[in-house]
Amino acid sequence: MKIPLLAFNDNGIYCQQADVYLDPWRPVKNAIITHGHSDHARWGHQNYITHHTNIPIIRHRLGEINVTGKDWNETFVINNVKFSFHPAGHIIGSAQIRVEYKGEVWVFTGDYKVEDDGISVPYEVVKCHTFITECTFGLPAFNWTPQAEVITEINNWWAENKAEGKTSILFGYSLGKAQRLLKYLDTDLGTIYTHGAIENMTNVVRPLIDLPPTKLVTYETKKEDLLGNIVLAPPSAHGSTWIRKMTPFVTGSASGWMAFRGARRRRAIDKGFVLSDHCDWYSLLDSIKATGAEKVICTHGYTDIFSKYLRELGYDARTEKTQYEGETAEMEKEIETEKEIRE
Amino acid sequence: MKNFAQLIKVLDSSNKTNVKVDALTMYFKNASPEDKVWTIAILSHRRPPRPVNTTLLRNWANELANIPLWLFEESYHIVGDLAETIALIIPTTKEHSDKSLTEYLQEIIALKKKTDPEKKEYLQQNWLALNYYERFVFTKLITGSFRIGVSQKLMTRALSKAEDVDEDALAYKLMGNWDPNTITFQELILDEQNSDYLSKPYPFYLAYPIEGEVENLGNPEDWSIEHKWDGIRSQTIIREGEIYVWSRGEELVTDKYPEFKSFVGIIPDGTVIDAEILAFPEGEIGTFNDLQTRIGRKTISASLLEKVPVILKAYDILEWEGKDIRNLPYAERRLLLEQLYNSIKDKTTSFQLSERVLFHSWEDVTNERMRAREMKSEGLMIKRNDSTYQVGRKKGDWWKWKIEPLVIDAVLTYAMRGHGRRSNLFTDYTFALWQTNDKGEKELVTFAKAYSGLTDAEFRKVDDFIKKNTLERFGPVRSVTPQLVFEIGFEGIALSKRHKSGVATRFPRILRWRHDKKIDEANSIEDLKSMIS
Repeated sequence: MKIPLLAFNDNGIYCQQADVYLDPWRPVKNAIITHGHSDHARWGHQNYITHHTNIPIIRHRLGEINVTGKDWNETFVINNVKFSFHPAGHIIGSAQIRVEYKGEVWVFTGDYKVEDDGISVPYEVVKCHTFITECTFGLPAFNWTPQAEVITEINNWWAENKAEGKTSILFGYSLGKAQRLLKYLDTDLGTIYTHGAIENMTNVVRPLIDLPPTKLVTYETKKEDLLGNIVLAPPSAHGSTWIRKMTPFVTGSASGWMAFRGARRRRAIDKGFVLSDHCDWYSLLDSIKATGAEKVICTHGYTDIFSKYLRELGYDARTEKTQYEGETAEMEKEIETEKEIRE
Repeated sequence: MKNFAQLIKVLDSSNKTNVKVDALTMYFKNASPEDKVWTIAILSHRRPPRPVNTTLLRNWANELANIPLWLFEESYHIVGDLAETIALIIPTTKEHSDKSLTEYLQEIIALKKKTDPEKKEYLQQNWLALNYYERFVFTKLITGSFRIGVSQKLMTRALSKAEDVDEDALAYKLMGNWDPNTITFQELILDEQNSDYLSKPYPFYLAYPIEGEVENLGNPEDWSIEHKWDGIRSQTIIREGEIYVWSRGEELVTDKYPEFKSFVGIIPDGTVIDAEILAFPEGEIGTFNDLQTRIGRKTISASLLEKVPVILKAYDILEWEGKDIRNLPYAERRLLLEQLYNSIKDKTTSFQLSERVLFHSWEDVTNERMRAREMKSEGLMIKRNDSTYQVGRKKGDWWKWKIEPLVIDAVLTYAMRGHGRRSNLFTDYTFALWQTNDKGEKELVTFAKAYSGLTDAEFRKVDDFIKKNTLERFGPVRSVTPQLVFEIGFEGIALSKRHKSGVATRFPRILRWRHDKKIDEANSIEDLKSMIS
């Protein structure tokens, strides 16, 4: 039997012909990395190859690593296999990986979204035979509202809280969501304060994106200073003593999961904004169609349900187990990182 | 409708009581009288009868979403709420409707009598004419009650603020049988007495669990002790030759317990009794499991009546000779109740007294509590002799002192996603115990379901385990590798033919996660059966 161009093994997505892994979850020799989130760019590989935008981000997370940067659409060949990075629109630097060997083309999306967020290079359709896609929100219940509307909602919320003399605390992942929120917060309303994890990551990407000024919350920050202003914090800070000291405050969270009433209530958050860096139902279906792929492999999210539906639509679709966990992972993983930062 | 949807959104999204009360108060101040009546009705679970069954509802919603039915079902299992699922999958629009809440409810009531094609047209049209949240609220009005963390008490408080009417008086006005479709706001809230006075129950007085040591309650002479019976708390009203029996959930259950019809003529008119409804098979207090055979049955067969008769075990008397006596001290009310009992006990066996326990010291009380299982009670009620009969759950004068639960270590075998705030997480679990089968092999046999008792952090860990250790899926249910052991607590236990294990437990819940135990160390069905006294 022919060896598939990309195979799923215990370490990650493996290209045997080139002896490289895509977003491996165990330490390997050669790793091609889609983006800087911790479930995709992991610690311990000997050589990293990624889009050059991601280098400072990954270094910030993992320290000194041996990494090579590539440009968009720049083809690099390893043992006759052609690789190239194409924008995935998920967060700044996020890429899809195109893999071609003897005329056969595979694309691995990593995480992606179709809507242009004004920060990451917009998603690009890459034609392929086999499309390895995430489906974090692969259920018809997920239909995103356009970004501009959600942003208006967020700024209105801030203005309301300000009018009531309260501090707004907005949760979003320190890499990606935080900068997306920051970019569009209405600075006429007040000062944007940040949690250490977000401040550090934002400083890493400031040379690449034009972002409004922020102020780090420190031990010297008085809660009176915060009143009427907004604090950007990672989800893991919810319920911490760091936050309790900011009373009176109102909490909000920006995530795709906020589409479910249950998800918001379970996290005991006052206000949920449905804003995701992943595709919703229709954009998943549309992107798959646009690639022209006949074979689809679903890696993380509602994989079983989504691939079953794809099969009904006539695709040769299946599920592979990976250790990518989409928005959940980004949230849970941060808990550990933040703890280290705080201590 | 816009304002009502906005109200629900605020109520649903806040966990802070003041925010909820403020939002409700503002709403009541601005809403029309008709909308106010409907809002009160909906928040006190008096929604109009469902005009369409849920199968049709999902088919029609599904048609608009243009997805296969199985995909709708999967989405529903994950979202955990039918109205929410429908609102989410239907393509969203920017529309909103100017129709009032009352207009919508009148349409929904009228819908019941229409033909299926008419119903379908109405629903599909309205789904598309509303924005996401209004669509959710509209569908909720059709499918079921709003579980948005607003108790009747909280709503009453807001209404009392908005209308400047005393809260306890309001609570009483909102009790009983009233129809939001015919009553006006004036009649319901503002008028002195409203028309369904005859059937109207008083708000129940509820006790808190005792805090700290029983000795801290002070002088034992100031208190009375009764057993806390394990049935259905109820209020029986006898006025003008009619009897009305209400359950604590404010459900009129008179017809389910024909035994009590005979009280008319025996118990004088103008009497209201607070009592427990108990199963009484073979002349003895039965288990809650026995009572369950009577609950939920609309028609009671003669054989069931004979096999599982019920009695009233009377705790208190709230109205006597047509007068509201809730402000008399407990001890005086009890004397009246005991006199009443003595005067009628030869005429009916269905009316019994919850006897006060004789005691001299708190030590006696402690000993009496140990007898609770033997007495078939849940524990004790401790009531201050001079206490009035209050409204709702109040601290200070009445305390419940339940017995410690029975415990057993069981293995997690199946899991299902939770509902409401727990949808999307596997939080509803099935537990099994060991049993040796005919071939002499040990196997796990299901014995109880439980979905409370763990912290949110623990639920997340178990959820993670379930997702990684799923063996098989059956719709919303997953079987998981038997590996986790939990300590399960329950209040009572009885033999049961309906359960595979042969045993039914009462109020099973998770007490703690036994990280220290392997599945071999979990208990057996035999261990469980040995607990049946």
